[in-house]
Amino acid sequence: MSETRKVLLAPIFANNPIALQILGICSALAVTTSVNVTIVMCIALTSVTAFSNLFISVIRNQIPGSIRIIVQMTIIASLVIVVDQILKAYAFEISKQLSVFVGLIITNCIVMGRAEAFAMQNPPGLSFMDGVGNGLGYSVVLLFVAVIREFLGSGSLFGVEILATVNNGGWYVPNGLLLLPPSAFFIIGGFIWILRTVYKDQVEENDFTMKAHVKKEAM
Amino acid sequence: MEALISLFIRAVFVENMALAFFLGMCTFLALSKKVSAAIGLGIAVIVVQAVTVPVNNLLFNFVLREGALAWAGFPDADLSFLGYLSYIGVIAAIVQILEMVLDKYFPALYNALGVFLPLITVNCAILGASLFMVERDYTFSESVVYGIGAGVGWALAILALAGIREKLKYSDVPAGLRGLGITFVTVGLMSLGFMSFSGVSL
Repeated sequence: MSETRKVLLAPIFANNPIALQILGICSALAVTTSVNVTIVMCIALTSVTAFSNLFISVIRNQIPGSIRIIVQMTIIASLVIVVDQILKAYAFEISKQLSVFVGLIITNCIVMGRAEAFAMQNPPGLSFMDGVGNGLGYSVVLLFVAVIREFLGSGSLFGVEILATVNNGGWYVPNGLLLLPPSAFFIIGGFIWILRTVYKDQVEENDFTMKAHVKKEAM
Repeated sequence: MEALISLFIRAVFVENMALAFFLGMCTFLALSKKVSAAIGLGIAVIVVQAVTVPVNNLLFNFVLREGALAWAGFPDADLSFLGYLSYIGVIAAIVQILEMVLDKYFPALYNALGVFLPLITVNCAILGASLFMVERDYTFSESVVYGIGAGVGWALAILALAGIREKLKYSDVPAGLRGLGITFVTVGLMSLGFMSFSGVSL
């Protein structure tokens, strides 16, 4: 596998930012009640991560170490402003639904984390690919959650009704829990469980190991 | 006064930053293994929230808002698109100043909070509170109360989670769920508990 390919594909499952690195969960959960909104969020985050990685990597040798965080923050915040203005111009409804979460891409740890950990040490092309890869890793988890939540929570996908709900004279009683915030946690917990069953090396060590039960003879 | 008290209660319980809006999740999950660390982080978040939200409120109302620059002779200027850049700048600067002030005058507190302060700059809950304040158009006094309330709510949530996780490490969790997985499920259950507050109308 060539290095570029590895950089692009590794974050999707093998080194997923959400499931393994605990990054970027902040905004991940609140925007997943409908697939449409989620896709817009994923595109926004992927482009911000990719371009912030690119620009930071281009000027990485000029950034003084002591103020690098502020330089990174400024680049990221400017990119987010661009994305926000584009969304307001071309997808106003969705930008209203996302409300503060577009702005929160600035503090999304994936963007900061990749800029600090990857873009500061690697050439621009590779950094761009790393940004895209991590954005995709984030998107996979988000879409997984959003599809489950929209399908079972309101019986539709992409806003198109698939299971006829009781309210519209059909048979499906929507599961209201899946539209509520807590369900996202359960789904991501389940996603991590599945991922770690496949990739055994990601399983965390126990702090304490249980002793096997000691069998006692009956009196 | 009554409106402010109900705003406070709402910010702490009903609209809890961590459990209702999922903000500050990264630090929330990463640093909730020990109660002592959770207390330090919680206090730091309350302090920073209580300062940054009102400051950003002033910044928005007197500089960035459409027509806000009328006092400087620019009645048509609308700088609200610069919002994100200014808020994050203010937050980063205040965290830095706070760090220096604590270091100089309250060394004991600085040693307790030291590690956590820089982390707070990139905590979504801090920026989130400022953005919510702008979106909901709070007045200055409301923004003070909202800032403190949001901080207290977040601190309460991380403290509760740390308490649960300290007990949880003795339990026999299935291999794949160990660590992060079971923490997500725990937070989900806590969030479900906090949902019961949403019926409270003040």
